[in-house]
Amino acid sequence: MMAYRYDGTFAGFLTCVWDALEGNVEPATFLLPDGGATLWETREPPTDRDRAKRLYGALRQRVSPAFQMLIARGFLTCLPDKELDLLTLIRRGLREGDRVRLDLSDPVMARVNLALTKMWTEWDHLKGFVRFSDLDGFLVGEIEPKNRVLPLLAPHFAARYSGERLALYDRTHHEIFLSDRGQWKLLPAENFRMGSAGEQERAFRAMWRRYYQTIAIEGRINPKCQSTHLPKRYRHVMTEFLTDEEMEKSLPGQTPAGSLGDGS
Amino acid sequence: MCGRIHKQVVPARTPGGSFVEVLDKLTILADAAKYDAACTSSGVSRGGKPGTIGTASNSGCCHTFSADGRCVSLLKVLYTNHCCYDCAYCVNRRSNDVPRTAFTPRELAELTIQFYRRNYIEGLFLSSAVLKSPDYTTERMIETLRLLRRSYGFNGYIHAKAIPGADPGLTYELGLLADRLSVNIELPSEASLQLLAPDKTKAAILRPMAQIRDGAAQSKAELKLYRHAPKFAPAGQSTQMIVGATPESDWHILSLTEGLYRKYNLKRVFFSAYMPVSQHKNLPAPAGFKPPLLREHRLYQADWLLRFYGFTAQEILDDSHPNFDAALDPKSDWALRHPEFFPVEINRADYEAILRVPGIGMRGAERIVAARRYGPLSFEGLKRLGVVMKRAQYFITCSGRMLPGLRFGPDSVYRRLTGLEQAALGTGESWQQLSLFDGSAS
Repeated sequence: MMAYRYDGTFAGFLTCVWDALEGNVEPATFLLPDGGATLWETREPPTDRDRAKRLYGALRQRVSPAFQMLIARGFLTCLPDKELDLLTLIRRGLREGDRVRLDLSDPVMARVNLALTKMWTEWDHLKGFVRFSDLDGFLVGEIEPKNRVLPLLAPHFAARYSGERLALYDRTHHEIFLSDRGQWKLLPAENFRMGSAGEQERAFRAMWRRYYQTIAIEGRINPKCQSTHLPKRYRHVMTEFLTDEEMEKSLPGQTPAGSLGDGS
Repeated sequence: MCGRIHKQVVPARTPGGSFVEVLDKLTILADAAKYDAACTSSGVSRGGKPGTIGTASNSGCCHTFSADGRCVSLLKVLYTNHCCYDCAYCVNRRSNDVPRTAFTPRELAELTIQFYRRNYIEGLFLSSAVLKSPDYTTERMIETLRLLRRSYGFNGYIHAKAIPGADPGLTYELGLLADRLSVNIELPSEASLQLLAPDKTKAAILRPMAQIRDGAAQSKAELKLYRHAPKFAPAGQSTQMIVGATPESDWHILSLTEGLYRKYNLKRVFFSAYMPVSQHKNLPAPAGFKPPLLREHRLYQADWLLRFYGFTAQEILDDSHPNFDAALDPKSDWALRHPEFFPVEINRADYEAILRVPGIGMRGAERIVAARRYGPLSFEGLKRLGVVMKRAQYFITCSGRMLPGLRFGPDSVYRRLTGLEQAALGTGESWQQLSLFDGSAS
């Protein structure tokens, strides 16, 4: 038994998979560069984009395009030890073919599928729950997702606001999405900080908060139903739940105390 | 819809009038619109176009949930709450003493765009009280939507309310600018309309509905011939009725709903539990009245069974069984009345039969049908697929066997299912609401 250490990128992961398939290695775990020490013997194949590309192409050709997507999307989830589960699936896929995708009651497949369902739910939530502020003509927002959904959100927002300049920062994965009139890219970023809002931005925030408060019907107030649909963990970056002061205080990586609620 | 001028959508200092003025209007006109149940943005899919702002997705998108737990997808406002009608149940009736106001088309267009840019909303839901006349009101709405679509290049979702009594040509124009049109049927029968909305008749409500249906059908036919034919209400039409203000049975409402889906090709029928917003001799007294929320919930459950589960209204309710069981969801209720249909064999039954099992939804049924192509499913495997067994276990077999160790008779199943339902609904408060409704229905 041994451990793989890689750089956290998809290409790095696929390089390890190549190595494992070639040497018939059954790794005990996958570690990131800052993942700490381990008692296992560690292998650290340097990320080889060429091999990664070939393996990625093989998933499509030898198994199926849907299987290739399953692996690529599965890598974006926050499933613990997702690398081990994905490696298992890749092994099975290359051996059994696309049929493996039907084996939904297999424990590994079920785990990956559940993680994917949760990720798509989070993606779907965030398409709606992201809030932008107009800061000098730049639309700027922040999210703090569990899964790495920014690459999936990027095309959505780039198409929706194709005439705007956008920035959306992912606090969890320290990554920023930048879009300039439809042309977009993702970059690693640290210490992102939203600027303070001008008078007009504050006016629209105030109108939105007022609208939000007005639209609820008093006789039907139902916090449980509200929390089911809009879990509290999203609220600390949503305009309607914050004052202007709170919006400026919530710096990356710091969430206002107590606002995380049940953490669901 | 050209969007030449999108570059000009750099925000004006204030949207039309002063900030305070628009804030006041927004407060009054959102407050007056909030009883409309529909806030969906589904039914049409549109990618981004250069020079415009916005997209639309077929499944819609919720942008937030208000304190009452309802999805907020669209900026839902009235154009104006000045009304020349006097419908007893309506908060905007002319005899009601409330502050009145109206947006200007530019104010509303600016507000929509600015909310949309910040991703607060998916689009606009524009309704209106009847200002001067149905035609005049519709013209103002058209002016607003035209400004939004053409001058601001807005490519997002628009739901507009057709005003009964307006000229068909105007309603058609409205439909060319909007994605979805709706006409509220308001109350479930002609008699109730006469009692509570003397200015409206069933015929006057159904006429624009038929017109929208025919307009959409024509537009679809034309699109097959000419790729650039104008699209008329591509997301279809919906309607809404108030439940609990008048004495119709659930069976009456459900068969009306089914008829509306069939005859008018509606995309959705919405139900709105009556909220006492006014006092009138023909209405339930506001004092002590609780909105029949559980009844509304049951109607939506049955509506889902009609639309996605292959049920007919006749199967869910009938003359001898005209109201929902307060303690049980309609699907479980049907299952208990049809023991001959069960158990369903998970490894053999059709998708349609599996869909009829209480506790198994569309996603569960789809997974079962996919997974059993790989190999036979066991109860353990079913659980791993994500099928929740609490309800389903009484109605299924896996390879000819029921869940090992499960013992039950007809009465104990009823008790266990109602127990689950009570836990799901939370407190016992809900039962009270239904008994109140029973009182008003008798």
